[in-house]
Amino acid sequence: MAQIRIENLRKEFGSFTAVKSSTFTIEDGEFFMLLGPSGCGKTTTLRMMAGLELPTSGQIFIDGEEVAQKRASQRDIAFVFQMFALYPHMNVRRNIAYPLRSQGVSREETQQRVAEVARILDITHILDKPVGGLSGGDRQRVALGRAIVRRPKAFFMDEPLGALDAEFREHMAEELRALHDRMNATTVYVTHDQLEAMQMGDKIVVMNHGVVEQFGRPQEIYDWPATMFVANFLGSPPMNFLELSGTVAPGDSTIAISGGKVGIPDLREGASGKLALGVRPEHVSFSDSSKLRAEVIGVEYLGTTQIVTLTSPHGDLKARMPSSKKVAWGEKVGLALDPRNITLFKQDGTASVGRALLSAGNEKVLFHG
Amino acid sequence: MAEIRLENVSRKFGSTQALQNVSMTVPDGSFVVLLGPTGAGKTTTLRMVSGLDQPDDGDVFIGRHRLTKLEPAQRNVAMVFQQYSLYPHLTVRENLAFPLQSPLLKTPKAEIERRVADVAEVLQIAHKLDNRATRLSGGEMQRVSIGRALVRNPAVFLMDEPLSSLDAKLRADLRLELKRIQANRGATFLFVTHDQVEAMTMATHVGVLDHGKLVQFGSPRDIYENPVSIYAASRLGQPRINLLPADLFGRAPDGAKTIGLRPEQIHQGDGLESTVKRVERLGDQTRLHLKLQDHHIITVTDAHTPLRAGDIVKVKPDRPFYFDAAGARIP
Repeated sequence: MAQIRIENLRKEFGSFTAVKSSTFTIEDGEFFMLLGPSGCGKTTTLRMMAGLELPTSGQIFIDGEEVAQKRASQRDIAFVFQMFALYPHMNVRRNIAYPLRSQGVSREETQQRVAEVARILDITHILDKPVGGLSGGDRQRVALGRAIVRRPKAFFMDEPLGALDAEFREHMAEELRALHDRMNATTVYVTHDQLEAMQMGDKIVVMNHGVVEQFGRPQEIYDWPATMFVANFLGSPPMNFLELSGTVAPGDSTIAISGGKVGIPDLREGASGKLALGVRPEHVSFSDSSKLRAEVIGVEYLGTTQIVTLTSPHGDLKARMPSSKKVAWGEKVGLALDPRNITLFKQDGTASVGRALLSAGNEKVLFHG
Repeated sequence: MAEIRLENVSRKFGSTQALQNVSMTVPDGSFVVLLGPTGAGKTTTLRMVSGLDQPDDGDVFIGRHRLTKLEPAQRNVAMVFQQYSLYPHLTVRENLAFPLQSPLLKTPKAEIERRVADVAEVLQIAHKLDNRATRLSGGEMQRVSIGRALVRNPAVFLMDEPLSSLDAKLRADLRLELKRIQANRGATFLFVTHDQVEAMTMATHVGVLDHGKLVQFGSPRDIYENPVSIYAASRLGQPRINLLPADLFGRAPDGAKTIGLRPEQIHQGDGLESTVKRVERLGDQTRLHLKLQDHHIITVTDAHTPLRAGDIVKVKPDRPFYFDAAGARIP
C-alpha cells in the first residue's frame, strides 16, 4: 500500500508539452481518478507514475521514495490495461499464477495466494476452466486477479471499462469499487467519463491541456468548480453560465441581473468586467415573481427528471426538474436560482476560460488544494 | 422521406432465433431507438432494413416499396456502423465527399463542397478536413463515418451504436445535433443503442427487443411510466428499478410476485424502516443505498441530504408496479 506524491511533473514530446506542471498527492488506500478530455495529459501522467514514460522534469514519490527516473519493474505497481489480455492456452488458475511463477514464488505460496485472490473475486468455481469459454465479466475478473495476486503497492488502470457496453460497464464499475473497498489498495484510474469519476473516485484530478485544473473530492469539485472548464466538464448537462458585466466587491451577497437581484454566497474578493454566473441545472427553478425571465425552447424527458432548455437575455441555460412538473414549449417563465449554489467566474477573453471568485461557498474547497 | 414497416419478420442463424415475428412501424420522420442487451436482435433488425440481410419470413417496406427483394444500393438508406469504415488512403474531405460523387447522383461540385463543409462543422471535424483518415483518433474516425451518412439525403438513416466510442461531451453534443438534423430534414431514423440516455432524449419511439421479440413499442415516457414487464421496466431508469417481493410492504394484488419501485415510487418519511448503507453523490443525483430487511434498495434523495451511512429511513411504495411470476405487469 502506498502514498504517491507528484511534484511539478512535466513531459515534453518534441515541441509538444503533454503535461505542463502537475502537482498532487494520492493518499494511501485512495481510489483516485485522473479525469479529462482526450489529449489532456491524463494517460501520460499515469504512464510517468508507472515508469512507462520518463518525465522531462519533476518528481514522483512512492511512499516517500523518489522514483521518477526508475524503471517500471522497480516500482512495484500493477498496471491493468483494457482488461482482456489473458493467455488463451492456459486455464484461469495458471493465468492468475503466472506473475508469481515468473517472480520465483514457491509453489505452495503461489497456490495459497491464487486461492485467496479467487475468493476475493468470487471466481473459485472457474479456476480450472480454460479462459476461452469465459464470459466477458469473468475474463475481466481473471485479468484483475492477475494484477492483485502480485500484492503490488498500487494499481494503475487506464480506462479499463472503456470498451464495454453501458450496462456491463456500470456493473463492473460497482464491482471494482467494491473490490477496492475490501482491499483498500491505492488505485489510480484514468477516465474521460465524468460520471465514472464521480461514481468511483475518492478524489479526482481534473486535467485540461496538460494542466491540473482542480483536485479534490468529487462532490466538492462538482459543487465548487475552480474554473469554467471544470464547471463545464463535470455534470450532464454541465453548469450554466449567465453572462454579465459589472463590478462586484468583497462582502457582496447579491448580484444585479435583469433589473433584479440574485442572492449569492458572500464574496471574498471583488472583480470587474466580464463575469459569468455559474449555476447547475438542478439549482434552477421557476418563479413567477422573478425578474429574470426566460422562454422554454426544449424539454427532454429523462424518466425521474426532465431537462428544460431555456433562452434568457443572459444566454441559454438548462434546468433539471421532476418529470411530474408540466412544462410547455414556448412557455414564458421567471427563474429562481438557488443562492446557496452559485459560483461567480471572472472571464478573461474566451468563453470557456474563467476562474471562480472566492466566496463563502467555495473558499474551503479552493484553499485546501 | 419514408415510413419503414416490418411485417412478421423472422430470422434464424443456425439454432438461434435472432428475430421472431417482429412487426413494427417506424413512422415517417420519427426517431425510433431499439433497446435491448447484446443478442436481443437490434442489429439484425437494422440489417433487415438496410438490405444487408434478408428475413427468412416476413416483409420489410420503405414507403410503398417492398424492399425484401431489392439490393441495398436501391433502398436509399444510409447506414452508420459501430465500427467505422473509411477509405484509409483518402483525406477526411474526400471520405465525406465520396458518397456524393457517384455518377448517378450528378451532384455539382460547389454543392458537394457546401455539404461537406456543413457536415464537418456539425461533427466538429472541420479542422481535420485535409488529414488522412488514418491520421485520426478513433472518435474522429467515427465522426467521419457518421458524416458520410449525413452528407447524403437518404429516406432513412440506420445507425448502429454510432456514438458509443465517443467521449461523453461529444456524445452529448452529437445527440442534440442528430436530433436537430432529424427535426430539420424530417428524416426517419432507426437507431440502435445500449445507452438509455440516448434512447430517452433522442427517441420519439422506443422499441424494446427481448430475444428477437419486440415486447414493447411506444414513447420513452410510455415505456418508463407504463412498462409491460419487468424486462421492459429494467431497460430505462437510472438508478434501475428496484424489484422486491410483492408483499414486502403489505398486501399485494392477486397473482403478484414482484413489486417494482422506481425512485419516484418510493416515498421517504413513513412506512418500513430501512438502514442507509451508503450515500452516493454523483453531482446532479445523490443516491441512497438502503437495506430493508434482506433487500437492497437504491433510490435518490436531495443533494443536501444530511443522511449518512447507518441512519434509519422509513420508506413506503407510492403507486408501485406489480408483476406476476412470469414478469408480466399486473394492471
